[in-house]
Amino acid sequence: MSSFALPGWEIVIGLETHVQLSTASKMFSDAPNLFGREPNMLASEVDLALPGTLPVTNRGAVERAIRFGLAVGAVVAPMSVFARKNYFYPDLPKGYQISQFEIPVVQGGKVPYVFDGEPRQAQLTRAHLEEDAGKSVHGLDWAGQDATGIDLNRAGTPLLEIVSEPVLRSPAEAAAYARALHALVVWLGICDGNLQEGSFRCDANVSVRRPGAPLGTRCEIKNLNSFRFLERAIEFEARRQAELIEDGGTVRQETRLFDPDRGETRTMRTKEDSHDYRYFPDPDLPPLLIEPAWVERVRAELPELPAQMAARFEHQHGLSTADAAYLTQSRAHAAYFEACLAAGAAAKPAANWIMGELAAALNRDELDMARCPVAPGELAALIARQADGTLSGKTAREVFAALWQGERGVDAIIDARGLRQISDVSAIAEAVAAVLAANPKNVEEFRAGKTKALNALVGQVMKATGGRANPQQVGEALRAAIEA
Amino acid sequence: MSALAEQDLRAQARALREGRASSVELVGEHLARIERQAQLGAFLHVDAEGALQAARAADAARAAGASSALLGLPLAHKDVFVTRDMPTTAGSRMLAGYRSPFDATVVARLREAGAVCVGKTNMDEFAMGSSNENSAFGPVRNPWDPRAVPGGSSGGSAAAVAARLVPAATGTDTGGSIRQPAAFCGITGIKPTYGLCSRYGMIAYASSLDQAGAMARSAWDCALVLGAMVGFDPRDSTSVQHAVPDYTAALDAPREGADAARPLSGLRIGLPREWFAQGLADDVEQAVREALRQLRDLGAQLVDIDLPRSALSVAAYYILAPAEASSNLSRFDGVRYGHRAEQYADLAEMYANSRAEGFGPEVKRRILTGAYVLSHGYYDAYYLQAQKIRRLIAQDFLAAFGSCDLIAGPVAPTVAWNLGEKADPLANYLADVHTLPASLAGLPAMSVPAGFGRAEHAQRPVGLQLVAPHFGEAGLLHAAHQLQRVTDWHLRAPAV
Amino acid sequence: MPLQSSDIQRIASLARLRLDTAEQAEMLEQINAFFTEVVEPMRAVDTSGVEPLAHPLAVLGELPLRLREDAARAPEARLREVALSNAAAAQEGMFIVPRVVE
Repeated sequence: MSSFALPGWEIVIGLETHVQLSTASKMFSDAPNLFGREPNMLASEVDLALPGTLPVTNRGAVERAIRFGLAVGAVVAPMSVFARKNYFYPDLPKGYQISQFEIPVVQGGKVPYVFDGEPRQAQLTRAHLEEDAGKSVHGLDWAGQDATGIDLNRAGTPLLEIVSEPVLRSPAEAAAYARALHALVVWLGICDGNLQEGSFRCDANVSVRRPGAPLGTRCEIKNLNSFRFLERAIEFEARRQAELIEDGGTVRQETRLFDPDRGETRTMRTKEDSHDYRYFPDPDLPPLLIEPAWVERVRAELPELPAQMAARFEHQHGLSTADAAYLTQSRAHAAYFEACLAAGAAAKPAANWIMGELAAALNRDELDMARCPVAPGELAALIARQADGTLSGKTAREVFAALWQGERGVDAIIDARGLRQISDVSAIAEAVAAVLAANPKNVEEFRAGKTKALNALVGQVMKATGGRANPQQVGEALRAAIEA
Repeated sequence: MSALAEQDLRAQARALREGRASSVELVGEHLARIERQAQLGAFLHVDAEGALQAARAADAARAAGASSALLGLPLAHKDVFVTRDMPTTAGSRMLAGYRSPFDATVVARLREAGAVCVGKTNMDEFAMGSSNENSAFGPVRNPWDPRAVPGGSSGGSAAAVAARLVPAATGTDTGGSIRQPAAFCGITGIKPTYGLCSRYGMIAYASSLDQAGAMARSAWDCALVLGAMVGFDPRDSTSVQHAVPDYTAALDAPREGADAARPLSGLRIGLPREWFAQGLADDVEQAVREALRQLRDLGAQLVDIDLPRSALSVAAYYILAPAEASSNLSRFDGVRYGHRAEQYADLAEMYANSRAEGFGPEVKRRILTGAYVLSHGYYDAYYLQAQKIRRLIAQDFLAAFGSCDLIAGPVAPTVAWNLGEKADPLANYLADVHTLPASLAGLPAMSVPAGFGRAEHAQRPVGLQLVAPHFGEAGLLHAAHQLQRVTDWHLRAPAV
Repeated sequence: MPLQSSDIQRIASLARLRLDTAEQAEMLEQINAFFTEVVEPMRAVDTSGVEPLAHPLAVLGELPLRLREDAARAPEARLREVALSNAAAAQEGMFIVPRVVE
């Protein structure tokens, strides 16, 4: 999979992922949870931390946390506590962030993912609810001075921070886990998954050690919002640490930032100046109590999960682990595949079309599966025509291209373009006679026992018929004609 | 006929109802008194124009048949409540010139009940203090004795009511900030059960202790105002959904087995031995004991009880409240509102200088103490231990209420002290020992005028404290009202 | 002495409060007086087995957190105006602070 390796070193990675929850309103205020508005237009009195304001917790955010907890088989805590994490930063309006510290709402759990073609599970430590901070806009000019602008539109956005154990062993595996987690939260409908808008951000805890040795000192790389950056940042950081130690140095525990342009990480904050957050239970918010009945209701509404569905595809339809994983990468993919089967297509060709032509076309036109222009029924019909010999591989691709361009009705397209394979004996005999007459040499060779020579002749006939003749028929016709 | 302002809220309400006075007259008379008594320093802001406008509207509404509980009655708000149409400072330089875009829930409720807000009263900065000397805008003088402090932190409200500048005012009580100034100024004040009044729009000092309440001349007046203040508020996650009785109706409701002569028959009043221990001034103890004798004459049964951890309340309170305050006051960073220093080299200096200039010494002291007890390595030893002590103190009350219906004692160990007399913060903290236990337990408690000090303190009022079980406001007000039917301390007015 | 002057400096910087040396010395003395005379006796109390009490009404039993239905209300533009008008420095709808180095 990934070529990256550090001979003689083991890389130890744990991820802390901030997932913005797709609620209508914010975590502790009723301001809309939206992206990309004029600065501070989405900041309510509570988000601005105006004197006298108080937080009120969003049921929708809590329910999404429960949904996630159940999906990863975690313990949904019957009682969890919101605490204040105290530190000063201009885009943190209250001077503290409301988060969960000692008792998080989701405890434990496992996230399944596929790496190097084999299914794996990453053990989670916890997942807790918290509020996002605002945005600092740097490099402004204020009265001739270099200034920073504070936009609190994002302040108060509900976050689920999902913390994995340090169980990932390579940058590529970390990326595979992150992709699976991303797919899962989108699948569950708790996050829009928009990486550009920061709806899904990873912090990576990275350390290196000699195989079998105790854990090394870790560094945390903050705010990685693309899987590629995540992988590259970890690669750089692991190499940096290994080289540092090999040169007789020691790794200093610190928080680092990844610079995508330079492809390197740099120190943001060292442990020495790391904060003393003075966590304590938020006196404005009594403990969060979650009744078993609520958990059971959410459990009943839970959709079939990607891993379960992938396993089903493997047994029911004999797909490979990789194919099943591919088809369950999103609800749209899985739905499309199942719709094809429902329309009568066989599993294997359906999978191949979706992973082949369809994926390539989607990729080329930068469309996601939800906006695929070819209806599953059409693809199923196409597959059927290929199976009954009406279409060859080549003509089938031509029909698919037509469907992609918006033409409808597989048979109509076949007829309109005269793509139906020629099985009319006389027509084939005509072409065969012409080819035999034009290629006496091959005929001699075949007679001399060189069966390969027949293939050349078949090719010639196919060419003459624009690929519309049925190759078997042609072969038989040639034999018959030569041996006659 | 005596000036309207000389009469209490109940009488003023009757005068309006019976058309013997208009709200405009009533408000105008109080505004004039406020102007004459400016030297008391009771008000930080007066809105004469807005008040008269509201009074005219109230008169018009009454003419149109409206009759809400406080329609047209003048009232003042402690400056810790944010108000849309007046500035709000919480007594701090940090908030000088701040305008809130919304009204505190308590402010809105009282307006809906028809009250006319004439202004905002002076207070200890961010409600931290018990003498009102911690206001950034100058101290308040005690109307009974200009050399004396009015108490705090709701000192402005207490002085304003005592001096008849308003018939009633709002206050907040975190560790005694309604009860102690009420006692020092000879008025009646009630702090209800934690959670009864919304904290939304009340600038937070210590969130798990802050509670709004009413300050007025009598228990009857307090019942009327409190009834309009309390009630569930979805914007406050600690606001309780609790059926609120008609407090004024409860004042004269006869107790079972009681008669007119002995209206408190069957009522058991517990006297905590610890509250009458050494440190309690003789003149205060004598006045309180005399009030207790009158309660007994009214039929109440006095029983000795124990609140063994009362003394620990000072330590628990002065760890928990500063801890919460250190976090609550972090939002005052000079970024979105509040004071920003003129001089700073960078962001870090902007924070440190703005907060150093914006906060007064007592606020800084509590922020530092709070940050310390929450900081790494000290949390368990101080903050958590204080929360455990808090539970023990609350449990002591629950146990005590097994053998009594109300608890009575002094509000403060002494009468009001002189301005500048208590420079030592610790001495101020220790003087809160009688009010802190009920605050830590979230219990409703009152201060009822019970006489005066002796000798050079003959002009300094003494308050009797009554404490009820959670949500026992009606019984608390009933007992206080019955006591005030046979005493006249609450009718005495300072010669201002 | 429960606190050292280094503690005062540490918490003053944690709390973003500039204190001159005189203030530091005074704070240290006053806070120490409180800890020595009032807090230490409280620390000595045996509270083993006692649950901390974070909310006064929790002493009556479980006090559950009330949850808000997930419905949004768009803040009016007026709110932003008032908010920005309270700020020491504002520009293009944002609150302005000295350059934040990161």
